[in-house]
Amino acid sequence: MDLFLQLTLAGLAIGSVYACVALAVVMIYQATDHFNFAQGEMAMFSTFVAWALYQVTGSIWLSFLIAVALSFIAGIIIERVIVKPVENAPIFNQIIVFIGLLMIFNNLAGWFWEHTTKTLPSLFPKHGIESTLISTHNLGVILFTLLILGVTFCFFKFTKVGLAMRAAAANPDSARLVGISVGWMLALGWGLASAIGAVGGVLVAPIVFLEPNMMSGVLLYGFAGALLGGVNSPGGAVAGGLMVGVLENWARQYVPGGSELGLTFALILIVGVLMFKPAGLFGRVIIKRV
Amino acid sequence: MKLLEVKGLKAFYRQTQALYGVDFELEEGSITTILGANGAGKTTTLRSISRMVRTEGEIKFDGQDITGLSTEKVAALGIAHVPEGRGTFVRQSVEENLHLGAYTRKNKNDVANDIDRVYAYFPRLMERRQQQAGTLSGGEQQMLAIGRALMLRPRLMLLDEPSFGLAPLIVQEIYEIMARIRDQEKASMLLVEQNANIALNLADQAYLLETGHVVMSGESEVLRNDENVRKVYLGY
Repeated sequence: MDLFLQLTLAGLAIGSVYACVALAVVMIYQATDHFNFAQGEMAMFSTFVAWALYQVTGSIWLSFLIAVALSFIAGIIIERVIVKPVENAPIFNQIIVFIGLLMIFNNLAGWFWEHTTKTLPSLFPKHGIESTLISTHNLGVILFTLLILGVTFCFFKFTKVGLAMRAAAANPDSARLVGISVGWMLALGWGLASAIGAVGGVLVAPIVFLEPNMMSGVLLYGFAGALLGGVNSPGGAVAGGLMVGVLENWARQYVPGGSELGLTFALILIVGVLMFKPAGLFGRVIIKRV
Repeated sequence: MKLLEVKGLKAFYRQTQALYGVDFELEEGSITTILGANGAGKTTTLRSISRMVRTEGEIKFDGQDITGLSTEKVAALGIAHVPEGRGTFVRQSVEENLHLGAYTRKNKNDVANDIDRVYAYFPRLMERRQQQAGTLSGGEQQMLAIGRALMLRPRLMLLDEPSFGLAPLIVQEIYEIMARIRDQEKASMLLVEQNANIALNLADQAYLLETGHVVMSGESEVLRNDENVRKVYLGY
């Protein structure tokens, strides 16, 4: 029973990171109808920035906050400079741009910081709780993610800009007619997604080691989480991410040979959801009357 | 005073020309209607004013040329466009839709008061304030679209076929409310309609559009009594 609990809690911790990535992916998807394949690499790059800042400042929290802020600004700039010019281009062109971004960030990180693994300390103290069920880092990851997600939810639900961002994503023509600058809302969405991705990256770095390819697996799990929860439901994406984390941990332990099959499991999940429940578990079917 | 002056307006969808030099004007505080059949260019005329289509020619709002502005800047000037298809934010609640209408405004108290005012015009929206707007009936969505436009405190409302797809009784109800809005808000409206009868009842001035040209204009009364208009557009 203890083992089961341990697995579940550790799964929730890694699932929190998937949830961050899934949420970032879904935010962009809702506004543009495309998956940003570069979301993981952008998060990885942000994490490296945090690491570089940590080498200078020696404070992990300060480095973390600056890195998140920089990621926010970088997300806005990327949208304005790279994504906006192709927003009306055919879908393949856009996908090429996303893959190009992925490779650029991957290679830049390798060029700046080399492919040797780095260690980034945890945001949370080593010793805090004395429990055999969950490490302090994992507990911190879960609680901190819940906090971030709660703040994000409140921002979208209760602020004017949040409402405008939702409106711009759902119905850009009408949004312009009420005076919303849809272009800037998109850019802001990219900034937020990029900042949330950075949070996920810094949280996962102490678990997976910091190197340019660290997010490739996480991104896949994030996609699986987003699809499982429903690509048009931010809350669903978060729940999906958490579920994928837990399921993955269970599968590793209880399925024979499962420890080697983590990513396979994510892919099976993606294909399974697309085949049997394309809207995801919590994907809203929009009710429309005319 | 002329609130809106349009001269030599041509509009294009890619290579296709939809308007061929349209002229019209609108007096502040008055209602002008643009009538015409399907494809005459009525919707395009409104979309030209809101800068949603490529145009040539002059569009002056309150003396200012607005052809260089973006759609959102035009809205910020106080031009509220109730688009074809009503433009409902289907996943947002009724009240969120109204808040979106007031996006360009700063004063929260004024906005809250105006939401109550919209509910006074449309009590049915109040009953459904927390409901997802996509679940409203067509008539209710039309009311919501007009309410959303009112939330801008518009100087000019552009209304694209408020009667479209609605039962005659609902159309009548909506037009009665529009008449009240004209009287109480002193609002100027540019009204596009296929339903010529009901539009001529409400409007002061009327223009008749055929395949991108203005073929007739004048007081609503004049158009109503014109034999051709009567036969072709009023059907008696």
